[in-house]
Amino acid sequence: MSPEKMVYMANQIATFFKSQRGSDQAERIAAHLKDFWEPRMREQLIAHVETGGAGLDATVIEAARRL
Amino acid sequence: MNVHAGTPHADLIDGRKVADARHDDRDMGTPPKTGKPVTLTIDGFEVTVPEGTSVMRASMEAGIQIPRLCATDMVDAFGSCRLCMVEIEGRRGTPASCTTPVAPGMVVHTQTGKVQKLRKGVMELYISDHPLDCLTCSANGDCELQTQAGAVGLRDVRYTAPQAPVLANHFSARDTSGEANPLYKAKDSSNPYFTYDPAKCIVCSRCVRACEEVQGTFALTIEGRGFDSRVSPGAAFDDFLSSDCVSCGACVQACPTATLQEKSVIEKGTPTRSVVTTCAYCGVGCSFKAELNGDELVRMVPYKDGKANRGHSCVKGRFAYGYASHKDRILSPMIRDRIDEPWREVSWKEALTFAANRMRGIQEAYGPKSIGVITSSRCTNEETFLVQKLARAVFGNNNTDTCARVCHSPTGYGLGQTFGTSAGTQDFDSVEKTDVVIVIGANPTDGHPVFGSRLKKRLRQGAKLIVIDPRRIDLVRSAHVEASHHLALRPGTNVAVVTALAHVIVTERLYDEAFIRDRCNWDEFQDYAEFVAEERHSPETTQFLTGVPAEELRAAARLFATGGNGAIYYGLGVTEHSQGSTTVMAIANLAMLTGNIGREGVGVNPLRGQNNVQGSCDMGSFPHELPGYRHVKLPEVRAIFEKAWGVTIDPEPGLRIPNMLDAAVDGTFRGLYCQGEDILQSDPDTKHVAAGLAAMDCVIVHDLFLNETANYAHVFLPGSSFLEKDGTFTNAERRINRVRKVMAPKNGYADWEITQMLANAMGAEWSYEHPSEIMAEIAATTPSFANVTYELLEQKGSVQWPCNDANPDGTPLMHVEGFVRGKGRFILTEYVATDEKTGPRFPLLLTTGRILSQYNVGAQTRRTDNVIWHDADRLEVHPHDAEQRGIKEGDWVKLASRSGETTLKAKITDRVSPGVVYTTFHHPDTQANVITTDYSDWATNCPEYKVTAVQVSPSNGPTDWQEDYAAQATRSRRILPAAE
Ligand code: SF4
Ligand code: SF4
Ligand code: SF4
Ligand code: FES
Repeated sequence: MSPEKMVYMANQIATFFKSQRGSDQAERIAAHLKDFWEPRMREQLIAHVETGGAGLDATVIEAARRL
Repeated sequence: MNVHAGTPHADLIDGRKVADARHDDRDMGTPPKTGKPVTLTIDGFEVTVPEGTSVMRASMEAGIQIPRLCATDMVDAFGSCRLCMVEIEGRRGTPASCTTPVAPGMVVHTQTGKVQKLRKGVMELYISDHPLDCLTCSANGDCELQTQAGAVGLRDVRYTAPQAPVLANHFSARDTSGEANPLYKAKDSSNPYFTYDPAKCIVCSRCVRACEEVQGTFALTIEGRGFDSRVSPGAAFDDFLSSDCVSCGACVQACPTATLQEKSVIEKGTPTRSVVTTCAYCGVGCSFKAELNGDELVRMVPYKDGKANRGHSCVKGRFAYGYASHKDRILSPMIRDRIDEPWREVSWKEALTFAANRMRGIQEAYGPKSIGVITSSRCTNEETFLVQKLARAVFGNNNTDTCARVCHSPTGYGLGQTFGTSAGTQDFDSVEKTDVVIVIGANPTDGHPVFGSRLKKRLRQGAKLIVIDPRRIDLVRSAHVEASHHLALRPGTNVAVVTALAHVIVTERLYDEAFIRDRCNWDEFQDYAEFVAEERHSPETTQFLTGVPAEELRAAARLFATGGNGAIYYGLGVTEHSQGSTTVMAIANLAMLTGNIGREGVGVNPLRGQNNVQGSCDMGSFPHELPGYRHVKLPEVRAIFEKAWGVTIDPEPGLRIPNMLDAAVDGTFRGLYCQGEDILQSDPDTKHVAAGLAAMDCVIVHDLFLNETANYAHVFLPGSSFLEKDGTFTNAERRINRVRKVMAPKNGYADWEITQMLANAMGAEWSYEHPSEIMAEIAATTPSFANVTYELLEQKGSVQWPCNDANPDGTPLMHVEGFVRGKGRFILTEYVATDEKTGPRFPLLLTTGRILSQYNVGAQTRRTDNVIWHDADRLEVHPHDAEQRGIKEGDWVKLASRSGETTLKAKITDRVSPGVVYTTFHHPDTQANVITTDYSDWATNCPEYKVTAVQVSPSNGPTDWQEDYAAQATRSRRILPAAE
């Protein structure tokens, strides 16, 4: 998948969970990614975070570290 | 004898086998009632029926048939023909039994000398104005006039219609001197499926009442008075085709004579046998009797005992089955090495070996996760179950997805999160108890017509309607139906509108506190209430982005919260957005907030697009879920299937359709088995889909036709139609209906057999001999199906899941005692504007939908006479936008978005608001999905079909892309003659 599309999709998920109450947003994003993203997609996300995570919401970066 | 009568009819006849009762679809004369029991005596027999039942129906229950012409149990009695008169002790005269309700202790005589004589007289009058061509009439043997003439013992007709000086009959075109008969009207054959022959009409008005009461279209009237009166479609100059008639067939069904008659019966003769089965078009899941002569299908007649349709149908299920024998249907397997080669017809063995070798070869080279499947929402539960099993047990991965990805995947996520299960909460009967209905992002009269008719009936009885839709759908205003509020929102602002409704209900304290305290988590509710109460969610604030006037929205919210039983019905206008899942949650919140869950007349009801969307989701088609919506990560769930299948199941979710295509472009996903779907036409951003498919090494298309996806396929496995196999479909009410084999598969095998052969060619050792064995496996592994068997379905006709020890008869209403997940969960629904925004280059918003006569990508309906109503997709443009662009009705226009462009013809209409354009996607040459973008729902990747920023401009004809595509499609469909 193109990096732009992946970043976009991950940020969309973050936007939802950030709108919810509580302080465990990164945890919930990570859980959503584990539940719905195939390992290849998660690996791509992790690799992107490792190379700086350009464009990613800070909470996604935090979530990716929990994957 | 004492017969205890009530509903359902199947239960009421002592000692009779239930299976027989299932096929008992006698016309009982008048509709059933549900009052207190009343006992009366008819011809010496005591009979007990519900209060309100007519004497005619009570008599039928007792096995005594009273002659009748104008009464039929489809519609309320009218009392015009007087053939059904009886004598009642203690009452004067000879009352009509169809309009006389029963009373306790009533003593009725149906066959006295007096009534017999009167009936003969009535019959004589009818017959004197009827062409007595019975032997050559298409209804010979199936005509109630004929039957009743026999029943009253008519032996001669004393009246003859005058021939001169004034001819006074309706059936002679000319009198004896050759003068034209002014009373005669020629046969109207304008409708492609039935004819209207006024010469045979007895003016019983059954058709008119069926059109009004059952269908709710009000297309027919009785024109003229007394002897001059005739049935007329629309205005004087109209024929059936030009009238408002939507060709549902209810009038044809109601007509006692050959006046309204199916053309197929005229052509093929009256059918001699019938099989009860289920429509394969939309998610209403209507039951039909397929009526045949030998193995030739003569007609499809809606089945009265069908619990979803209660004897009604729409034009698709009733008439549009011709695709199953269309010349385009492919009946032999075909293969090719490369997609630029022509197809080669081969044996099943060669095709399956070729496919199996390629798929295994890909896995050897690129790993077990490099191939996958797409299951079909048009195929049966059993077939879908096998296709996902193929991925999980034979491919060894979870790469299975289904076309529900592009329609109702957000329903699964949203209702799962809030209520704990992914399904509509009600049965369709529930609408009869509804007081206020919200229809949001759905167009039931076109998309789910039989439900649409049932809804309209309830609205005519006084229920109120709120429509939330950018377009003025028919329900907003049509014959005898008018919405109280139409919130014509800007596409993409559903979450803002539904949250604003909640704002009004919370801030005006109209919510159902007792329900919330009892059934939901109170702390979560308080968070939610605080959130929606914020001023930024008020209608006064949101109106600037939604376009919905604040006062209108407030009034709608008050009506829904205070108007009695409130039900919400929604469709793809909710789900196909980047906030699709959020809107589903917002809808669920609204239902909980107002206490509208867990009883009749209320609930949250997704209207499913295709016939078996519900079933395909239930059967584990999604890449993260095993059958019964259980996540693959759960070891206890995997263990059930591992034990049953003797394999290890991958605990990681697989790829969803858009992810498969992305991975294909990346080179890590290279083989696909696609059953009964046409992703090239139905999925967004056609160019991206084409690139993904073109990058694969093995695409196996299993379908009736060489569809658009097959242009990129290496293997074509011919499929069987719904008439040619056994199985089950699950409709939008979770109702599991039987699909029965009506004829042998023209392609040689039912689809479940073909999947089994492919699995076995890849080394599996499956040995199912009948779909009932697959259902047994589903029941053994899936708790919500635990008690479902084919025997049970034979017995009950259908059941709604969950059907298990806790609910042995199935579950018409969900969440009655408590939510499936325990406490209902309120979730905050923050509106997030889509990034698909209008701007100077693309100033208009395109939204898409469907129309009544066509279905999905049109592969079936385009191959029937339904094209008479819709031969091409058209772009609806508001007059203001059209004028600005110099576009006139019928002009070719170019429709361009950031993704691509296409051309189609314009239709100027104020059904759409200024700034919004609308089209359907039924025709491949339009390629509406060249335009749609790959934005998708945040949770499920369901594509954002309902919002695309576009520009519209005049054009001369098809774009280069359309022409190239058409040429490529033609090249790709070449088939070499079979080798000797
Ligand atoms: S086919 Fe249906 S819509 Fe048309 S006239 Fe008959 S009942 Fe009315
Ligand atoms: S068309 Fe048929 S149903 Fe209608 S009034 Fe004539 S006979 Fe009766
Ligand atoms: S298409 Fe839908 S409404 Fe029409 S007959 Fe079939 S199931 Fe019923
Ligand atoms: S059937 Fe009762 S009046 Fe016609």
